[in-house]
Amino acid sequence: MSAGFDFDNLIRNTLLERSGYQMPGALKTGTTIVGIVYNGGVVLGADTRATEGPIVADKNCEKIHYITDNIYCCGAGTAADTEMTTALISSQLELHRLATGRQPRVITALTMLKKLLFKYQGHISAALILGGVDHTGAHLYNIFPHGSTQKLPFVTMGSGSLAAMAVFEAGYKKDLSKEEAITLVTNAINAGIYNDLGSGSNVDVTVLTKDGTEVMRNHVVQEKLYVPPAYHFERGTTAVLNEEVTPLTRAVAMDVDH
Amino acid sequence: MAVEYNGGVVMAADSRTTTGAYIANRVADKLTPIHEKIYVCRSGSAADTQFIAENVKYWLDMHGVTLGELPLVKTASSLIQRLCYYNKNNFMAGMICAGWDPVDGGQVFSVPIGGVRVRQPFAVGGSGSTYIYGYCDANYHENMTLDECLEFVQNAVALAMARDGSSGGVIRTTVINEHGVERNMIPGNALPRFSEY
Repeated sequence: MSAGFDFDNLIRNTLLERSGYQMPGALKTGTTIVGIVYNGGVVLGADTRATEGPIVADKNCEKIHYITDNIYCCGAGTAADTEMTTALISSQLELHRLATGRQPRVITALTMLKKLLFKYQGHISAALILGGVDHTGAHLYNIFPHGSTQKLPFVTMGSGSLAAMAVFEAGYKKDLSKEEAITLVTNAINAGIYNDLGSGSNVDVTVLTKDGTEVMRNHVVQEKLYVPPAYHFERGTTAVLNEEVTPLTRAVAMDVDH
Repeated sequence: MAVEYNGGVVMAADSRTTTGAYIANRVADKLTPIHEKIYVCRSGSAADTQFIAENVKYWLDMHGVTLGELPLVKTASSLIQRLCYYNKNNFMAGMICAGWDPVDGGQVFSVPIGGVRVRQPFAVGGSGSTYIYGYCDANYHENMTLDECLEFVQNAVALAMARDGSSGGVIRTTVINEHGVERNMIPGNALPRFSEY
């Protein structure tokens, strides 16, 4: 098996496309994600809409991924890529934690993530906001799909990043309190939800401090304008014409010799 | 850009990183340390230049520890060249390696795209550099003092920032000599000003 990506399906897909087959789209998170450093730690925020082209595939997906107890990562781009990349590094860091006997550092997660993404030269479409608190302090980083990183006091990524950045640039100041930081993050995500078509639904917030992490899943919930009906049907809704019962006790084969 | 003066080197850079027309980082630090007294100016792809700088930093650290001395600027720039030249098809990186060592003093080495390495009294790079070749050629002279050098680079970078859309933000400067390293920053509202037209 050759190393790296296998592009055999590309030939098949091109032929299918030419004969008129409608290709399904990749599930992108078309997102607003943000992060901010405040006087006690880091606050991360994200919207919860996952899109497949013009359709909302998931109205309440989780974009703030667990890396370690003290490090979390927001992901924008292709949902599968952000999910698998963060899960891989989370796994590697747990092993690293056991091997070193220390709480993992944010910079370690950063280096592992950027090495992976650079290796794949941008083909892994994961744009990440990495935030966490370790014994050296509170840290917040931006990671781009090609593997470059920035260390900043506040960051935004995803299709709604421009709307969110406008809110941050207007409202950010040094040494925010926890309440101010959460309010600013919520406003920034809201700006993305209302002004960007690729972002929507609810607001997730995660607060990381040296004393622990507070996950506020669905901190702000979208007002439900449409509630889908219950899918329960009474017996007899469909008329029963005939009934035949076959006992299956002898049908299951055992593959273990006693 | 980076300039040799009598006693060391002065390096300066703008602080703008763009993805297309959006400014991804308006306060970027493009002057990256790769050893105590050796820095690189990074231009081109951020991912590529960060990768190169971090790898060379690692090798130089190992080399310095094995040698038991401060590594030479020509060694550092040669390591950068090695990566840039042998992977020229996969990298988009223009680097300027500058610093001070006890053997040859202050030196500036330019390693532009393609991987050629050349020592220069002063070097400019990046998208904004094209606008300031004239200014630099006209205003550079040998044996500048530290203050003359600082004024030279600050003016040059400010002029480039004024004309190049991909350059802007703040001017970061680094001075490296036998006494140590001094880092400074001029905010965007305190830049040297020229013609207002």
